[in-house]
Amino acid sequence: MTALLDIQNIVVEFPVGNRVVQAVTRVSLAVQRGETLGLVGESGCGKSTLGRAVLQLYQPQSGAVLFDGQDLTKLAPPAMRKMRQRLQMIFQDPIASLNPRRRVGDIVAEPLIIAGVTDAAERTRRVRAVLTEVGLDPDITMARLPHEFSGGQCQRISIARALILEPELIVCDEPVSALDVSIRAQIVNLLEDMKDRYGLTLLFIAHDLAVVKAVSDRVAVMYLGRICEIAPTETLFRTPAHPYTRLLLDAIPMPDPDIRPVEGVAVGEPPSPIAPPSGCRFRTRCPRAADRCAVDMPELTALPGGQMVACHFPLQ
Amino acid sequence: MSLLEVENIIVDLPTPRGMLRAVDGVDLTLEAGKTLGVVGESGSGKTMLSRAILQLLPRKAKLSGAIRFDGQDMTRIPAETLRKLRAKSVAVVFQDPMTSLNPVLTIGTQLTETMREHLGVSQSEAISRGIALLAEVGIPSPEQRMGNYPHQLSGGMRQRVAIAIALSCAPKLLIADEPTTALDVTVQAQILDLLAREQRSRHMAMMLITHDLGVVAGRTDEVAVMYAGRVVERAPTRELFHHMRMPYTAALLAALPKLDAPPHTRLPAIGGRPPDPINPPPGCAFAPRCIYADPGCDNAKPPLSAPDARSHQFACIKPLPVAA
Repeated sequence: MTALLDIQNIVVEFPVGNRVVQAVTRVSLAVQRGETLGLVGESGCGKSTLGRAVLQLYQPQSGAVLFDGQDLTKLAPPAMRKMRQRLQMIFQDPIASLNPRRRVGDIVAEPLIIAGVTDAAERTRRVRAVLTEVGLDPDITMARLPHEFSGGQCQRISIARALILEPELIVCDEPVSALDVSIRAQIVNLLEDMKDRYGLTLLFIAHDLAVVKAVSDRVAVMYLGRICEIAPTETLFRTPAHPYTRLLLDAIPMPDPDIRPVEGVAVGEPPSPIAPPSGCRFRTRCPRAADRCAVDMPELTALPGGQMVACHFPLQ
Repeated sequence: MSLLEVENIIVDLPTPRGMLRAVDGVDLTLEAGKTLGVVGESGSGKTMLSRAILQLLPRKAKLSGAIRFDGQDMTRIPAETLRKLRAKSVAVVFQDPMTSLNPVLTIGTQLTETMREHLGVSQSEAISRGIALLAEVGIPSPEQRMGNYPHQLSGGMRQRVAIAIALSCAPKLLIADEPTTALDVTVQAQILDLLAREQRSRHMAMMLITHDLGVVAGRTDEVAVMYAGRVVERAPTRELFHHMRMPYTAALLAALPKLDAPPHTRLPAIGGRPPDPINPPPGCAFAPRCIYADPGCDNAKPPLSAPDARSHQFACIKPLPVAA
């Protein structure tokens, strides 16, 4: 089976003063058609950069992003523009990602205009249909401005805009992080419904492991620009192989008064990505680190059951 | 006498659309050395309640009710007395340490000025106490950090500094308002550990305000759940989680994704949204979203019940049955 999205060895760098920060360091990931791949990690780990690099919003320094077999990094701008109809993105801040001066009907119709749908009646029909899909009443919403809506409703509008061209892949970058708990569940359910309805493939980026668990078929864990571990969701949560995955799981506050939080599980903070540690980037916070970890950067290696880990001394 | 007694607090904020009732008749008590979790979503009034206790409300806000701290009504004492009382009695840690710290003053200046002002200690004494406090809250090489500016520290380290400043005058009550919301999960765990450790060793009361039921579950003695400006349920923490009576609390817990559920398990979402605080419904504010509501729920706001045998209170005329 060929993957719908096949990220191969990509590197994304940004200049910082006269230095270079490598936000993504030789990352490879494949997402199968119809799959949801969760991508988790803390702020600054490069997960959003990776998501944006998939859509060529950032140009990778090296590596390839194969979408349905075509390398997006090699497409000329007109071809990429055409290709974007098949790849969409949903951002974290639902209010900031909508133009405050444009009416909701126009915001959602914009991708159709870019895609060359010239028939205005056709556009209106499709806008109304997709707004209804995401649970909004087109008669009430289309003529209004984004500020008239709550965060949850704005995220529904963003989802409608992402869906209107019936894309194959959506990169969701922290789509529910800014929402209250009672609204977050509505939007998670909506994304799941839309995935079934449109046959979508999702790259779901988030820092909240419980949300990622709820939606993902497989999960990749990222730390300082590198993938630490990839595994089927249940496997990753039941038997994490990377010490960093273990740390993330132990740090989740559990809504259960009978589980006393273990004090002292988490140690330190991620080092600056401008000067990452040599060898394994997690070694400065890792309870299992040994001399070898400072020298050799571990590569992802396969464990049984579809689990892959980049660690010299994996757990279990 | 409790350390903190809040009686029928009402906070009204004028807005262009009309008066917004941010806090709608809240009663709370907190004993010395105890930890109270205040849980609510955006707009539930949890932050305005804490601002009222601190007497840090926006200038145009209208406050009524009584806030007694150690028996003194904070709403009735002159500003200068209040300033002195506040320093040694109530301290606060805010959500975003980047905005709560002054960006143009060094950590050392911000840490020592409070102690010099309120404890009357000498500059050199304040510096040595400041260094000890930074070490206590887990900041490596505290002597050097005294000369740093906030932007030179990570978010987690800044929050540690904010905690050190809050602890510097040995308060009897620490109000932590979403202290870890802006932080990553591993840093959050460390900051919550630090707050718990300080709260125990100093025998300080703590009010931990959060939107996250997970944060209060293992780290508080009691929990108050707020919705639309009111406390809708209050109980000792274990009692609350095991015997939820208020449908809103139960729905909030159910809406959280569970780590032990398989992927693609549908979340029991709460339909609708919180009410408009400028035009609240006449009855129970949660009734329009509540699956148990009947027409009776729209008649009047249910008051918080008197504590039952398990010290459990709830504001609901159709409470969930007591679980066995």
